[in-house]
Amino acid sequence: MSIVDLKRKANLIRQDIITMLVPAKAGHPGGSLSAADIVATLYFKEMRINPQEPNWADRDRFVLSKGHAAPVLYAALAEKGYFPKDELLGLRQTGRMLQGHPDMKRTPGVDMSSGSLGQGLSVANGMALAGKLDKKDYRVYVLLGDGEVAEGQVWEAAMAAAHYKLDNLTAILDYNGLQIDGPTDSVMSSAPLADKWRAFCWNVIEVDGHDIEALEKAFAEAKQVKGKPTILIAKTVKGKGVSFMENQVGWHGSAPNAEQAEQALKELREEGLSLG
Amino acid sequence: MANKAATRDAYGKALLILGKENPNVVVLDADLSKSTKTAEFGKNYPERFFNMGIAEGNLLGTAAGLAAAGKIPFASSFAIFATGRAFEQIRNSIAYPKLNVKIAATHAGISVGEDGGSHQAIEDVAIMRALPNMVVLVPADGEETRQMVLAAAEHQGPVYIRMGRLEVPVLFDEDYHFEIGKAKVLKEGTDVAIMANGLMVAVALEAAELLAGEGISVSVVNVSSVKPLDEETILRVAKETRAVVTAEEHNIIGGLGSAIAEVLGEKLPTPMVRVGLKDTFGESGRPYELLEKFGLGKEDLVKAVREALAKK
Repeated sequence: MSIVDLKRKANLIRQDIITMLVPAKAGHPGGSLSAADIVATLYFKEMRINPQEPNWADRDRFVLSKGHAAPVLYAALAEKGYFPKDELLGLRQTGRMLQGHPDMKRTPGVDMSSGSLGQGLSVANGMALAGKLDKKDYRVYVLLGDGEVAEGQVWEAAMAAAHYKLDNLTAILDYNGLQIDGPTDSVMSSAPLADKWRAFCWNVIEVDGHDIEALEKAFAEAKQVKGKPTILIAKTVKGKGVSFMENQVGWHGSAPNAEQAEQALKELREEGLSLG
Repeated sequence: MANKAATRDAYGKALLILGKENPNVVVLDADLSKSTKTAEFGKNYPERFFNMGIAEGNLLGTAAGLAAAGKIPFASSFAIFATGRAFEQIRNSIAYPKLNVKIAATHAGISVGEDGGSHQAIEDVAIMRALPNMVVLVPADGEETRQMVLAAAEHQGPVYIRMGRLEVPVLFDEDYHFEIGKAKVLKEGTDVAIMANGLMVAVALEAAELLAGEGISVSVVNVSSVKPLDEETILRVAKETRAVVTAEEHNIIGGLGSAIAEVLGEKLPTPMVRVGLKDTFGESGRPYELLEKFGLGKEDLVKAVREALAKK
């Protein structure tokens, strides 16, 4: 898929994020929008997957460790054809498939249940270890939040991934700089992030998380690196693509009302049209 | 009952059987492989053994990922760290998605001994039992452990196996048949039933013998499958004896005694006495001295039986 087609996919994913959050009346737009280009690149270019066979043993795996960004994953899965797009409108509602946080038991295409922060990298490590044991060539991707890395388990897992030389694993850190209570640097400083991961013996690539071409290159480089895991420290803007949500901490965990959604969708449709 | 063996030793040997028979079985440990007895598996199947260092949360999360990719991980540490430190990883990454992880923990209960209260899990059965999808098993001896470990590998879904450090009397041979969800009546009696698990099964058999000398007929039931619980057998025995004593090396809150009280309370209210740790932590000491000190000796069981009989 071409760069411009991937941009269109990211744009559609952003529109779907906004659309599904309105009837849900709750959810996390900020960190979903910040990850839209990353997730679009993974699901429409990078990952070897087959929506007709969600449990295919040789598929690449994706763990959304920052599980509250479920809308971005659901939008990508629906766009990819894992389930009908109508399901998006049942997000967070009783008896429906799309839970507030990803649930592998209920949603086709979700490779791991998540939502409790700090656990996804460990799980991804386990999948990568299994791949090596089985001599399979699938890759494992895991998306972390920058607030999430305050969880100690992330660093236990970082140590283990390097120890076991998990070069079939690529982590992506959605470095949007904001968390629920405010700027990450004021809540719990995590900088210097790249140095920390380097010190844990990872291959570190710093990348603009909204530059699809750069993301593609980074994923390609990660595949070439042998003997160590790679992390993309992806600099992003929380709420990316919706002017009034960008860099606004208040949009971490509240859904837009119908009026706000209309404004957001207007902006996103214009962006989509500008892509030609 | 002269012969003794530790359930953890039986675990280590059972893993070797699984290592040979089932290529999907993998083992994880947290720097305690000599104590949990997973080290032998590690020596024989190094590519399928993962020492995760002293990081139990990551260990259980990694086990979840291995299971999600088709492996059958046995995750081992001391019971206190496996179920305590890593509780929420077990809850959200294993039980909630019903992943096929076997949490095989050793050094449960006060019979850990000298290491003291910080290392003696007395609440693990309660917290594991409260998790949907979790199977909770407590073996009474080595043979039962062996069968339990093999059964756990066959079972689809998370299992918690609670083992001890101490050598305990050999009770069973290969004719014994363990099954998940089944309790075993080891001795039929008519006056009172002792329902026990873990090392308290051997104590219960001794107490029953003492009481027989006084003309009291005691039923002894090994409830090694705490969850699922064999309600049918428990109700049948309770109906026959009309007095029940439960015995476990665990806090009396939330463990075997609670599980049985829940069933009897709803379906067949029966005079009951629970023997266990009386909502207290353990301490350092020699294992059998601690068991006496904390009310888990055979004399304590005899006394509990008399109390239960008096309630009839």
